[in-house]
Amino acid sequence: MDQPPKIYLYRRIVLAKLFIDEHYAEDIDLDAIAGEASFSKFHFIRLFKMAYGKTPHQYLTRVRIEQAKLLLEKGESVSDVCFAVGFDGVSSFTHLFKRFTKMTPSAYLRQQQQRKEEIAAAPLKFIPGCFAAQNGWI
Amino acid sequence: MITRVNHFSIFVLDQDSAYDFYVNKLGFKVHTDASMGPGKRWLTVTPPEQPDLEIALMAIDEGMMFKKDTAEKMRELVKAGTFGYAVFECNDLVATYEELTARGVKFKKPPTKEFYGFEALFVDDSGNWFSLGEKKKED
Repeated sequence: MDQPPKIYLYRRIVLAKLFIDEHYAEDIDLDAIAGEASFSKFHFIRLFKMAYGKTPHQYLTRVRIEQAKLLLEKGESVSDVCFAVGFDGVSSFTHLFKRFTKMTPSAYLRQQQQRKEEIAAAPLKFIPGCFAAQNGWI
Repeated sequence: MITRVNHFSIFVLDQDSAYDFYVNKLGFKVHTDASMGPGKRWLTVTPPEQPDLEIALMAIDEGMMFKKDTAEKMRELVKAGTFGYAVFECNDLVATYEELTARGVKFKKPPTKEFYGFEALFVDDSGNWFSLGEKKKED
């Protein structure tokens, strides 16, 4: 049975995660991260998965997709978003995005822009009546 | 019978600062951020894996909800750390503690084995406190 890693190992794993959180848009070499964390690649992947439930590669992909969603919510174009979050081609980006979100990036962009317009036009539709009433908005 | 929670509210001293804390430090997602007129804002966030549980970050302002003196008292109570709102869950408490600490989240209690379980306590940027526990591992 796997034992929980010791605190200094935790810190190295957490630093690796924070590195991915910050540098997801770059061409990250996960082997190099394992090296910086002074682990063998196998040991690094095992400890990372124990802490976060995903391998570093799965986690990096997840972060890129989540960041892509945020940029699409801001109205940026699909191709700009694709390269801004570290993917190297629109086709692989679209494929992965659809796998995670069940819709294409362009459909997500349209859906989010429509939602923003609806919130701006009729915010009360998005607020439970009790809260709106307490605040004097209705 | 009651079946689910879909909204609850946390009173915060400043919604801009709370946005930064809950989104950029804790990693929550913005659900709805709507301007409700000058100085009024409806802001809700969701935990990353609970997209249908909206946590409303409510400003403590004088208005319909609070008279001036009540708002002042409420702000003092929040600042003093009177209110504990929720128990949050993570997969790995020590890793999450290390990560949130690195992001600047203040803990009242580091991960500690109590007789009732393994928990840590952190405070938000206003003074509200929360327990953080670990998801039960499958046998």
